[in-house]
Amino acid sequence: MDMELINTNSRTEKTTEQVEAEVWALLASIPDPEVPVLSIVDLGVVRKIKATHLSAGWSLFIYYTPTYTGCPAIDVMKMTMKMVLLENGFADIQFEQQLSPAWTTDWMSEAGKQKLKAYGIAPPQYKQAVCTPDSFQEEEAIQCPLCNSYHTRLVSQFGSTACKALYQCNDCKEPFDYFKCH
Amino acid sequence: MNTSLLNYTLHLADNALIIGHRNSEWCGHGPILEQDIAISNIALDCIGQARNFYQYAATISGNGATEDSLAYLRDVIDYKNCLLTELPNGDWAQTVLRQFFFSTYQYFLYQQLQSSSDTQLAAIAEKSLKEVTYHLRWSSEWVIRLGDGTEESKQRMLHAIEELWSYTGDMFIPVNYEIQAVEEGYGIDVKNIQENWLQKVTDVFEEATLPLPAENTWMQTGGKEGKHTEHLGFILAEMQFLQRAYPDAEW
Repeated sequence: MDMELINTNSRTEKTTEQVEAEVWALLASIPDPEVPVLSIVDLGVVRKIKATHLSAGWSLFIYYTPTYTGCPAIDVMKMTMKMVLLENGFADIQFEQQLSPAWTTDWMSEAGKQKLKAYGIAPPQYKQAVCTPDSFQEEEAIQCPLCNSYHTRLVSQFGSTACKALYQCNDCKEPFDYFKCH
Repeated sequence: MNTSLLNYTLHLADNALIIGHRNSEWCGHGPILEQDIAISNIALDCIGQARNFYQYAATISGNGATEDSLAYLRDVIDYKNCLLTELPNGDWAQTVLRQFFFSTYQYFLYQQLQSSSDTQLAAIAEKSLKEVTYHLRWSSEWVIRLGDGTEESKQRMLHAIEELWSYTGDMFIPVNYEIQAVEEGYGIDVKNIQENWLQKVTDVFEEATLPLPAENTWMQTGGKEGKHTEHLGFILAEMQFLQRAYPDAEW
């Protein structure tokens, strides 16, 4: 008996809620390819999971949203989600992209923010602080993830990936990434 | 098939792709590393927005069209981008001014498009607006920094205005599919955003100590209807070469 059959059979007794919870847990084990300390669930990319029990087994619909429109990581995330689910005995997997409501850093889990900071990336602030097109606006006080000083400065609004800005700490001099509000 | 909806969506896609491609030409050539990264990030956002519009256009078009066939297999005359987006990068001043003019346009356009009766266009606009907000902030800061900078930087901004200004009118003259789009409720009236655009440009130019060109300057037109400058053909020649030479190549 192959793996797939074992897994599929073992799920026949489960409720939809149990299967969906299992899928959430599986997806929570997948790291963001560019910020591997976060899972794609921490990041808020996975929006909804819908499991349906059909005669052939469980059918899954994964609703996801990209962070930035051009972020190349989304293709890797989809491929990894598919691989992980296939390995765990799900054969019928479909993805649907949801653009609205648009992804926001407000969806990042609190645990995710803590993990980011421990990793050396300043976590996003509350949304109200940014996102206006005004030029030379007062800079937000971003906390240095290394020495916790708020005495930091913006080097560039654009960083090594679409979701980050580049900062430097004026006290400990550490250059660091800030996961910018969006 | 709704031809106007298709053309309108392609117009939005082509705008984003062509300015994105132009910006991507800076990758590895930016004046300093941070700004090289900034302009490349902006390029990536624009190309990402283009992909969303092309994917939607492909579903409207049917007939086996894909985002790739729409980007790589249409010729100059089929492209519906505004003329401004295809103009050469020139120097850094010209690039940041082009970005400022166009980000301002996209900012007001996407703001209104969020309430489009077409839910997919509205969703793409909502998502893209967040990115454009950053582009607008970044580009207006550069216009001010160079305009109100040194004698040299100011001269370069003045030259950039001279090069680009007559291509800005094209954005606000609606063509048939845009008029249709407004009538059918999914498009926005570009004449309505012209005043907002001019106000933002006026404010930023004032801060940058740059003169606003005279009203009623003669303007180039035609981009939205496939009548382009000589520059677009060269962009497509480079961008489409691989798919033309090796059809359906993937890597």
